[in-house]
Amino acid sequence: MSSTLLYRLLDQELKIINIGVPSFSETLTAVNAPHIHVHWAPPAGGNVEAVELLDRLEVHAETIQRANAEALARILAARPVAVDVQPARDVVPGMDGRILLHAGPPVTWERMCGPVRGAVIGAILFEGWATTHAEAEALAASGGVRLEPNHHHSAVGPMAGLTSPSMPVFVVENQEAGNRAYVNMNEGLGKVLRFGANSAEVLERLAWMRDVLGPALGAAIRAAGGVDLKSITARALQMGDECHNRNTAATSLFVRTLFPYLVKTAAPEQLAEVADFLGRNDHFYLNLSMAACKVAMDAARGIEGSSVVVAMARNGTEFGVQLSGTGDQWFTAPSPVIDALFFPGYGPEDAARDLGDSCITETAGIGGFAMAAAPAIVQFVGGSVGDALNFTKEMRNITLGEERTYGIPALDFAGAPTGIDARLVVDTGILPVINTGVAHKEPGVGQVGAGIVRAPMDCFVEGLRALEERLSQSDR
Amino acid sequence: MQRRLIKRPNTYYDSVTLMRISSEAKRVPGVSQVAVVMVTEMNRAILADTGFDPAEYADMGPNDLVIGLVAETEEALGAALIRVDELLNAVGQESGQAQEERVQTLEGALARMPEANLAIVSTPGAFAAREALKALKNGLHVMIFSDNVALEKEVALKQEAQRRGLLVMGPDCGTAIIHGVPLGFVNVVRRGTAGLVAASGTGLQEVAVLVHQLGAGISQAIGTGGRDLSDEVGGITMLQGIDLLEHDPGTERITLVSKPPAPATMQRLLERVRRMTKPCVVCFLGADEEVVAQARSAGLKMATTLEEAALLTVESPATPLPDATAEVAAAVATEAARYPQGKRPGAFVRGLFSGGTLCHEAYLTLQAMLPDVSSNLAQNARYKLENPNESRGHTLVDMGDDYFTQSRPHPMIDASYRLERIRKEAMDPETAVVLFDVVLGYGSNSDPGGAIAEEVARLRAELAAAGRYVAFIASVTGTEEDPQPRSEQVARLREAGVTILSTNYRAARAAGLLVETLKGVGA
Repeated sequence: MSSTLLYRLLDQELKIINIGVPSFSETLTAVNAPHIHVHWAPPAGGNVEAVELLDRLEVHAETIQRANAEALARILAARPVAVDVQPARDVVPGMDGRILLHAGPPVTWERMCGPVRGAVIGAILFEGWATTHAEAEALAASGGVRLEPNHHHSAVGPMAGLTSPSMPVFVVENQEAGNRAYVNMNEGLGKVLRFGANSAEVLERLAWMRDVLGPALGAAIRAAGGVDLKSITARALQMGDECHNRNTAATSLFVRTLFPYLVKTAAPEQLAEVADFLGRNDHFYLNLSMAACKVAMDAARGIEGSSVVVAMARNGTEFGVQLSGTGDQWFTAPSPVIDALFFPGYGPEDAARDLGDSCITETAGIGGFAMAAAPAIVQFVGGSVGDALNFTKEMRNITLGEERTYGIPALDFAGAPTGIDARLVVDTGILPVINTGVAHKEPGVGQVGAGIVRAPMDCFVEGLRALEERLSQSDR
Repeated sequence: MQRRLIKRPNTYYDSVTLMRISSEAKRVPGVSQVAVVMVTEMNRAILADTGFDPAEYADMGPNDLVIGLVAETEEALGAALIRVDELLNAVGQESGQAQEERVQTLEGALARMPEANLAIVSTPGAFAAREALKALKNGLHVMIFSDNVALEKEVALKQEAQRRGLLVMGPDCGTAIIHGVPLGFVNVVRRGTAGLVAASGTGLQEVAVLVHQLGAGISQAIGTGGRDLSDEVGGITMLQGIDLLEHDPGTERITLVSKPPAPATMQRLLERVRRMTKPCVVCFLGADEEVVAQARSAGLKMATTLEEAALLTVESPATPLPDATAEVAAAVATEAARYPQGKRPGAFVRGLFSGGTLCHEAYLTLQAMLPDVSSNLAQNARYKLENPNESRGHTLVDMGDDYFTQSRPHPMIDASYRLERIRKEAMDPETAVVLFDVVLGYGSNSDPGGAIAEEVARLRAELAAAGRYVAFIASVTGTEEDPQPRSEQVARLREAGVTILSTNYRAARAAGLLVETLKGVGA
C-alpha cells in the first residue's frame, strides 16, 4: 500500500525545499529546478536540551493545540474599550496602603536599574510619603513601600511604569470577557517620571495630571459612553502607526473622538490646558494601546496546557515572560541591550537596558510585529521599507494566527501576526522583535534613543520546561 | 573644540531620518557631536545640552532645520557638514536593499510552495532528524545530507517514511539524482536507463560518471546513507529504492552499490534481488569472496569494483574505456622510468582521498596487492591508523572523515588541508607514490584540480632539487559537462606531472604495481 504511494514520486516533477547549505540551492537554481531555500537557524539558538524538551512536549501536542486554539480565540475576540479614568487606589486591585507598581517582572530595590529607582523616588515624593530625595530613597531601601509588578495588578506602564495610588489611570474593559486593565497616563517626552526623572517640574506635571487631566478625560470618556480602542488601533495601523513606538495617528484619532465630549464636560480654562498637553504628545495613545493589549492578553491567561505567551515585560534588570498555561510564574533572563538609534549627544554608553511593560503590544501582535504598517520608523533599525515588511512576515513564523481587524495595507491587508507560541519561538530560533524607546541609565535624564530588541531565548525555554512539568504531572 | 550651527529654514525632514543622519555623520573622524534636528521644543533642549546658545536659533521653528556640529578641527567640521549633506541628499533615493522575504522555516516554505515533494536537510546533525520528521509529516520525501544523526533516530525516521510511502535518503547521503535533478554533490551525467541505489556517496558518483563515459545514462540515482544496510535499519531505503526503480518505466537495469551489508540485511537484499524483474548488478565493495562466488553461482551479476559495476551496467558501451591492463602497465612503466638512477626510492604508497568510498576501494585494491596497508577507515584494528595525521607504511587516508571535517568544510570544498597533507607525504623520504582522487561536479570546489596541480608542480621541483622523485597518481571523477569540465582538469593535472588513470580502481592498481616494480630498484 505504502509502495503505491511511493511510486507517485515517479510521476511528479521535483519541487524542493532546501533546508541548510545554500550551495545546494545554487545548484538547483543552475539547473532551473523549482525550489525554495530555507534560511535555517538552529532551534533555541543551538540548545540541544531545548530541542529534547520540544520533543517531550510532542506527547502533549493535542492538549497544547487545543489550549492554544482557545487562547488565540480569546485574544482575537477581545473588545477593549476605555471606560473611565479614576485614581489608581480606587480601581486597581490590591492598591492598598504604601504600594508602588513598576514595570516588568518582580525586582528588589537593590537590583533595580537607575531609571526605575529614580521613578520610585519620584512616586514616593509625589505621594507625600517623604519630603526629600534622601528620605524617599531610605524609605524605598528599608522596605517601607511595597514594590510590585504592574502585571500582578492587571496593570501595565511604559518604561519604569510607575503607578502610584493617587495617579489617575485609564480603566480599559474587555467587553467580550468582562476583564479590566489599568494604565497610567503618558507624560510626554523629555524629563518625565517613566524615564526616572523626579525633579519639581516632573512632580508638578504629575499633580496637574492628577488634578486636571485625569478628571477631564474621565468625564469626557464617561460622557462618550467609552472609547472603542480596537477600532482606533486598527485605523492607526493603516495610517502609519504600529502603536508602540509610533502613536501619532492613534493619538490624533483618540483626541478627535473625545473632543466633542471634552468640550462639553471640561471647564474652559482647563480645556485649553488639556488640549495643549494632548496636542504636544504624539505618544499619548501608547498607554491606551498597552492597556488594550493587556485586557486581550489577560483574557487568554490560565488555560491549562497553553504555550501562548500572555506577557513579556522588562524591569531594566530582567526580561520576563509569562505563558498562559503556567499561571503567574515569570520566566526571566537578563534584560537585553538595545540595538538603537540615539538622539544627538547620546550613545550606547548612556543607555539603560531594555525596560518597560510596553512590549505587551508585541505580545498582542502589534508594535514590532506590525512593523510593516509603520515604514516611517523602520530607520530605527537602520533598514529599508522592505525590512519593515520582513519583520512582520518573520513574526508569522512564531505566531498562531492573525488579527484580521489589524489589516496591514502594505501586506495586502493581511492581519497582524498574533498569539506567540513559545514552542514556535524555541523551535524556529526566531525571537520576538520589539520596538522600544531607550532610557538613559542615569535616573532623570530621559529618553536617549529608540531601536529594536529581541526577547531573550532563555525565557521561552524555561517557560516550556515549566509547562512540560505541569503537563506530565497532570498525566500521572 | 570647534562649533558651527547651520540654519536651513523651511526644510522639513522627519525626526527618525534626522536621528539616523546625525548618528552616521558623527562617525566622521574628529567629530564629537552632530545634531541635525528640526527646531521643535524638545530639540531646543537637545541643542542647548549640546552647547548651542538658544539665542542662535530663537528665530527657528518646527519647520526649520538646523545642523549643529562640534568637532576637534575646522577641517573635521567641514567634513561632517559634507557628510550631512550627502546623507540629506540621499533621502528618498531607493536603497535597492529591500530584501526579498527570507523563508526561515519548513512551514514558511510550504506556505509558499504547497506542492513541494522533497526536502533536502543539511543542518547540523543534532537538529536534522527533527527537520526531517517535519518534512515527512508534511508528505515530503527527504534527503538528509547531515551526518551525526543518532542511529535510533534514523531507524525511527525510515520506519515513519515507510509507513507513509516516502523515501528517506540518508542521513549522511551526499548525492542523488531524481528525474535528472542533481541533489547535493552530483556530477552532470546523461539521462538514460541505468538506475542506481547506493549507500555510498562517491561510490555512486564514480559509477554514474563511468556509466556516462561508457556512453550510457542514468534514470534515477538514489542515495541511502551509509548505515542503511546495517541490521538495525535493515536496508529500508535500499529496498524502497529497488521497488521504485523496478516500477520506473525509465529504468531498464538496476545497480546497487554499497559496502557489504550486515548479515541479515545481506540475505534480505539478495533475496529481493533474486525476485527482481529487471536485470540487476550488485557491487558490495569488500564483500567476502565466498559471498560473491555464491551469489554469482546463483546467477547474480556481482561486481567487486566500482569500475566493474559500471561495466556490468552498460553491457555494450558506445565508448568503451581503454583496456585496463594496458593502461595500468603503461602508467607504471612511464612512472618507473622517472625515478633517478642510483638513488633508493621511497617504498610506500600514500593515498589522500576526498571521497570515502574511493578511499575504501583503493584500500581494498592495494590490500590485495601489498602487505600491511593502513587506513583511518580500516575495520581491522591492526591496520587502523591510530592517528589519522600520521602515516605508517602504505597508508590511505579518507580526509572527508569526521575527524577532519568537524571544524572545517569537506575536502571537496576546502582543498587546503589535503594540500598540506599531500606536501607532508611527498616530502617524506619513505614515500614512493602519492595517490589521490579529484572529484568534480556540483557541490565540489570550483577548481579542485587547479590547486592540486600547482602544489604538485612546486613539489616536483623541490623534490628534483633534492635529487628525489615521487610519482603523483590520480583519477578524476567527473564528466565533460560538469561545471569544472573534465578535460580541463585532467590537462592541468597532467601538465603538472600527475599521471591520470581513467578510474579510481586503476589509479590504485597503478600505484600498487609501481611500488612493487620499484622494490627491484636497488641503491
